Amino acid sequence: MDIHTVSVIGAVIAVCFGAIGPAFSEGRAIAAAMEAIARQPESAGTISRTLFVGLAMIETMAIYCLVVALLLLYANPFAG
Amino acid sequence: MHANPLQTEILFYLGPVPISEAVATTWVIMALLVGVSWIGLRKATANAGPLQTALEVLIETLTTQVGEIMGRNSAQFVPLIGTLFLFLVCANLSAVFPGAQAPTAHIETPAALATIVFLSVHYYGVRSRGWREYVRRYTRPTPLLLPLNILSEITRTFSLMIRLFGNMMSHQFVLAIVAFLAGLIVPIPFLALGILIGLIQAYIFTVLAAVYIGAAVGNTALE
Repeated sequence: MDIHTVSVIGAVIAVCFGAIGPAFSEGRAIAAAMEAIARQPESAGTISRTLFVGLAMIETMAIYCLVVALLLLYANPFAG
Repeated sequence: MHANPLQTEILFYLGPVPISEAVATTWVIMALLVGVSWIGLRKATANAGPLQTALEVLIETLTTQVGEIMGRNSAQFVPLIGTLFLFLVCANLSAVFPGAQAPTAHIETPAALATIVFLSVHYYGVRSRGWREYVRRYTRPTPLLLPLNILSEITRTFSLMIRLFGNMMSHQFVLAIVAFLAGLIVPIPFLALGILIGLIQAYIFTVLAAVYIGAAVGNTALE
């Protein structure tokens, strides 16, 4: 296997496993926010704003994996 | 399908300075925003016309939203945060026009915007708390956490940049793949999804910028 094949496989693995954790945690966060809004509809504005900020924070982990994948595919330091 | 998302295509040269497509689109958006606000508020009267009313409603909404996020003394941040939001909405939605590309789908525009947010966080933080108090904030709760605090300062700016870039760029790629596979009607729902993604990303970027600046300013009253 040459370095390009290994890089593609590495990028695929990074995105695959990097998406699992954030997907689960975003699902839990949204479920909790839905429950809170269902109980207290009057505080929906605050909850959804906090939810958006929290989702952005969780999403950061997935985005780091995307960065690693992009670097491997397009700016690979080992491919010469 | 072999386009490199980290590379930019040069549109033309202005003397020795290369002008990329993203920069040209940014200029068009800036001219549009300035022009519309100038025409709408050039002769502002109490008996407002339709354009002036629309702009006033927009500014009212932005002021209320920024106030809800940043608490009191938020009025001075409305120009920065509001302009950021309006620019991002225009920039993210500029991809719906045929032939135009969203400047935020290239890495330079998000990087510049994140740098603006990074610098204004420290500017407003120092201005509201003073040098000593602001620097001391990084040694809390213990001085042992100083490297971690500095690291988090850098990584959150970096993630602000990459979040906007990654979302806009990946959507562009998905669209290109769908148009490549089935070109006629199938991409239309994806285009509609792109409008939603653009608006949400503009909102998230603006809210995060407001939260960061608000956290740096703290509860100290700004004079």
